Amino acid sequence: MSGKIDPMHQFTVEPLVPLHIGSYDISLTNSAAWMLATLAIIGVFMWGGMKRQVIPGRWQVATEGLIGFIDDLVKVNIGPEGKKFTPFLFSLFTFILVANFLGLLPLAIVPGWHAFTSTSHFSITGLLAIMSFSLVLIIGFWRHGLHFFSLFVPAGTPWYMLPLIIPIEIVSFLVRPFSLALRLFVAMMSGHILMEVFGSFIANGFGSGSAVGFGVGIVSFLFVVGVGMLELLICALQAYVFALLTSLYLNDAINLH
Amino acid sequence: MDLQSAKMIGAGLAAIGTGAAAVGVGFVFGSFLQGALRNPAAADGQQGRLFLGFALAELLGLMAFTIALLILFVF
Repeated sequence: MSGKIDPMHQFTVEPLVPLHIGSYDISLTNSAAWMLATLAIIGVFMWGGMKRQVIPGRWQVATEGLIGFIDDLVKVNIGPEGKKFTPFLFSLFTFILVANFLGLLPLAIVPGWHAFTSTSHFSITGLLAIMSFSLVLIIGFWRHGLHFFSLFVPAGTPWYMLPLIIPIEIVSFLVRPFSLALRLFVAMMSGHILMEVFGSFIANGFGSGSAVGFGVGIVSFLFVVGVGMLELLICALQAYVFALLTSLYLNDAINLH
Repeated sequence: MDLQSAKMIGAGLAAIGTGAAAVGVGFVFGSFLQGALRNPAAADGQQGRLFLGFALAELLGLMAFTIALLILFVF
């Protein structure tokens, strides 16, 4: 019983509750449902931790630790003026973190279910990247006006280098939202494809009944355990990198050299 | 050679780029460790730069992977 390996099937967006208004399809999809679950988990986590007790319990310490982590990130990378962007970066970080972790849940042991990673779709990560990029643009033009364009001229550049430097800086600035979105989306998708492929190797290897298949199954199993742990690291790391890069870009816009 | 085989070979060649990114990411972490072991007191303050370098090096490998996927599934 060797099933065909179809690693892309897990990324299909299916409507759960069909809903049409006019010619628009606004059905509740599994992607939207998993994002709502993400939101619910963050909500419960924050609600349980914001008790403001003088002697904090475990839950409050966990929540405060997460908030303090982002607070430090903002303080180090933006400075005191970045304080008001902490909620934005915190929402971004927690949403990506929880959405990534939810996608790794081994729900597929229940027949007919499978975990869906909303951050493995370019439309979701692209929207997150557009949010942070437009915030950078709005803040930059708000605070510095047209002087914001001096971002493309690094301080202390000799004049004869300007024709070379300015196009490079403009391209590297415009590429930012794509690189932000692409990094998160591809990291999530490639990890899930890898786990799906090697998971199928386990099933097909043990299912084949031969000694070679058994060996392949054992090796694949050990590999999947390792990759699973690596994926947990990547999930946290990608959320951190997204928040870190957004804070660095915001720093460019706020403290224009 | 028909188009299908050429696509497979092209996707495989594009995947070499991920190995190059692996070299880059290893270099970032290795260099950080070298510096951190010489001056452990200053290491914690540089973790942001460590992950920034990691992210920039990793992105190029992910792009190679994206190209492989594009060759396989889009064209």
